[in-house]
Amino acid sequence: MALTEERPLALEAGDTTPDYSPAGVFTRPTASTGWRSWITTVDHKKIGIMYGAAAIFFLAIGGFEALLIRAQLWAPRGSLLSADLYNQVYTMHGTTMVFLVVMPIGAAFANYLIPLQIGARDVAFPRINAFSFWCFLGGGIFLNSSWLLGGGADGGWFMYAPNSGVIFSPTHGIDFWNFGLIITGIASLTGAVNLIVTVLNMRAPGMTLMRMPIFTWMALVSMFLLLFAIPVLTSAQVLLMLDRLFDANFFNVAKGASPLLWEHLFWIFGHPEVYLMILPAFGLVSDILPVFSRKPIFGYPFIVFSGIAIGFMGWGVWAHHMFVSGIGPISVTAFSLATMFIAVPTGVKILNWLATMWGGKLRFTAPMLFSIGLITMFTIGGLSGVMHSVAPMDTQQTDTYFIVAHFHYVLFGGAFFGFVAGMYFYWPKAFGYMLNESLGKTNFWLMLLGFNLTFAPMHVLGLQGMSRRIYTYDAGYGFELWNKVATIGAFLLAASVALFVFNIFYSRSKARSLPPVGPDPWDARTIEWMVPSPTPAYNFDPIPTITRVDDFWYRKYGETADHKLVRFASDEEACQPLTDGKGVHLPSPSYWPIVVAFGLPIVAYGMIFSLWLALVGGIIVVGGIYGWAMEPPDDPDLAHDDHGPADHASDGGASALPAAAESEAKEVETVG
Amino acid sequence: MAETLTSRPTLESADAHAPHAHIEHDTNTGISNTKLGMWLFLASECLLFGGLITTYLLYKNPLEGPTPHEIYDIPFTSTSSFVLLMSSLTMVLAVSAIERAEHQRMRVWLTATALLGGTFIAGQIYEFTVFVREGLGFTTSRFSSAFYTLTGFHGVHVTVGIIMLVSLIVLSLRGKLPEHRSETVEIVGLYWHFVDVVWVVIFAIVYLIP
Repeated sequence: MALTEERPLALEAGDTTPDYSPAGVFTRPTASTGWRSWITTVDHKKIGIMYGAAAIFFLAIGGFEALLIRAQLWAPRGSLLSADLYNQVYTMHGTTMVFLVVMPIGAAFANYLIPLQIGARDVAFPRINAFSFWCFLGGGIFLNSSWLLGGGADGGWFMYAPNSGVIFSPTHGIDFWNFGLIITGIASLTGAVNLIVTVLNMRAPGMTLMRMPIFTWMALVSMFLLLFAIPVLTSAQVLLMLDRLFDANFFNVAKGASPLLWEHLFWIFGHPEVYLMILPAFGLVSDILPVFSRKPIFGYPFIVFSGIAIGFMGWGVWAHHMFVSGIGPISVTAFSLATMFIAVPTGVKILNWLATMWGGKLRFTAPMLFSIGLITMFTIGGLSGVMHSVAPMDTQQTDTYFIVAHFHYVLFGGAFFGFVAGMYFYWPKAFGYMLNESLGKTNFWLMLLGFNLTFAPMHVLGLQGMSRRIYTYDAGYGFELWNKVATIGAFLLAASVALFVFNIFYSRSKARSLPPVGPDPWDARTIEWMVPSPTPAYNFDPIPTITRVDDFWYRKYGETADHKLVRFASDEEACQPLTDGKGVHLPSPSYWPIVVAFGLPIVAYGMIFSLWLALVGGIIVVGGIYGWAMEPPDDPDLAHDDHGPADHASDGGASALPAAAESEAKEVETVG
Repeated sequence: MAETLTSRPTLESADAHAPHAHIEHDTNTGISNTKLGMWLFLASECLLFGGLITTYLLYKNPLEGPTPHEIYDIPFTSTSSFVLLMSSLTMVLAVSAIERAEHQRMRVWLTATALLGGTFIAGQIYEFTVFVREGLGFTTSRFSSAFYTLTGFHGVHVTVGIIMLVSLIVLSLRGKLPEHRSETVEIVGLYWHFVDVVWVVIFAIVYLIP
């Protein structure tokens, strides 16, 4: 801004000490290591790693809640939890797992991988990216702080009206739920805008949409789903908040309110939500299977377009959650049909994965095993999903454990297995060491066993008529055996997650005595594998030019005239060397995202406890936004160009003047 | 290698001639990141208002308290709607002024836009006060809750727009809004036009459709 006009536009090469404070509050952070570098970072890789770490933290909380549920149901007349506490525990389990575990792990991969897979240096709005993460973390901590401030939400993760009203739930749990998820919703929304713009606008030369790795495609579709689904949930939550805190009548049946309004709004959000949780995992698996089958993905355009089709059709199936709510025969028929149809693009994907493996040279590594785990377990969950599309059958199964079994097969057996596959696969890229393979395989088999022991019996329990969300059951209904099996399974599942965490630390300590893992340990196909491991801050140097799908593979392998695959380039030749990154322009870190994100939970506490506190939070947010807007996204004192080191030396300071002007032009981002 | 390979570009030949990617400045779509981001945000806002409009449509007939027909003053609201729509015109003129580097003129038009928006908000506050005096409180009926939430939500959006306009005027007065940053004004304009268009929908659905 004016700062650049009052002082030299660029300092001499080598002199890069910034010494001004943009808004008079903070000096520009410069740390690149230590805790300060993490809280001020705008690097999509660090933000992705923080998303993943936070999600694993919340996984521990949500997993503990799951174990409490299973311990309570171990035997008839369990007395570990009271009915009231049980309501809170299953509500917070569902909410935590959906909003604070599965969605952020998807966001972690999307943040880390999208810029790498499309050949970009960072996302379109690096500071908004940091804001998204801090906002998510703040919302998650705020939501869980309800445990210490009067108890968690107790209306089920779908929070049906009028049960969610003050009359039936007088504690503040549901208020925490409302504001916590509005805050994480802001995080998701800004993240979605950011990543969509990144994919549409910042692809490397030659990286057309139909050459993008499938993970990027699926993440793009799921970001569009977020973009349109989150505001519907937010509007519903605003209505519920107004009802609970300001006595509005949106769900007040006495004044003629319709409880169906909430169900419709919630599930218009809720069903696209299901697909936006699973699609990133589908994308990961679609990138992993070809690597370990040594074949290109079968039917790339089919995978892409079936993903897009799921994205569209996901909007037309929400009322299959409401078949027993009396929405009428025509609605039921229409949504039944739509639900049956949405199985088609999903089936296309499964066929494509199977055909990718068919005839391939399979390597059963840990990521491959987890990927196959996704295909098989998701198929089971998908089939029970198709069963639910048949309305008469669904009527039998609604609110029984059969439903619980179904969505855990889809979201745990599907999404979570895919995410663990992705973690094993991308761990060397992110951290520079491999996770131990034999521990990884043990991890897979333990998780598969625990998972099936936990959730397969729930099919039986559901068909026997055991209600979900019921805190205890009597002896003599035949529920004892399968509940015991499920509880044993749940603890095995917890052990498998603990084994994964152990593997992280074990492998890291072992890695010190091993040679460094190269850029391409799996002989992979997509361009994120051509950068050094762990990924350097600047990602690519230079930005590669893309000529086809699986571009990196064809930088290593070619075909002879008689269609034999031969490798013609070694890792050293095909991959980019680690450079010092000098002359590569990167966005500068900033304090403002965390400041703005810090204000939001304060506003929320204020809305619940005292409006004066909300005023304080509001001042922090607004002040933070102005500080943000006044701070140039790029430090004008730092070297500023996109050229490689050689270019930098040759044109010297000549490029500095237009470059600084461009940095001003880019400040407009601060308005959005 | 003994076999002849079909021609594949090597790393060097592929990347050496790659145009240097000014990733921030030349985008794949030709639309700047910020503008595309604003478009996406506005697309998302459509669903937010969609949820509230649906709620209003469901609840527009109250079981008790004043009904819409008894309480709406259509000539008054039509006038304030006209004022709001005129602000879109002045917004366009402001964008066009800064693109021609006429900063003084841009500030005049931005001020006019903010004043017109402020007039609309003042009209809305007046309307709300009258309604409350006539017995339509926020908690009176399902209709009143839905009405105040929908129109109030829109009013908040207009207010945020006014704050952004005033910020632009201040920036411009301090010489921090040169013409090569005219896109900032254009993007605030996008938001402003969106808020106006939403009002057209709300006005038609809430006030005009019986």
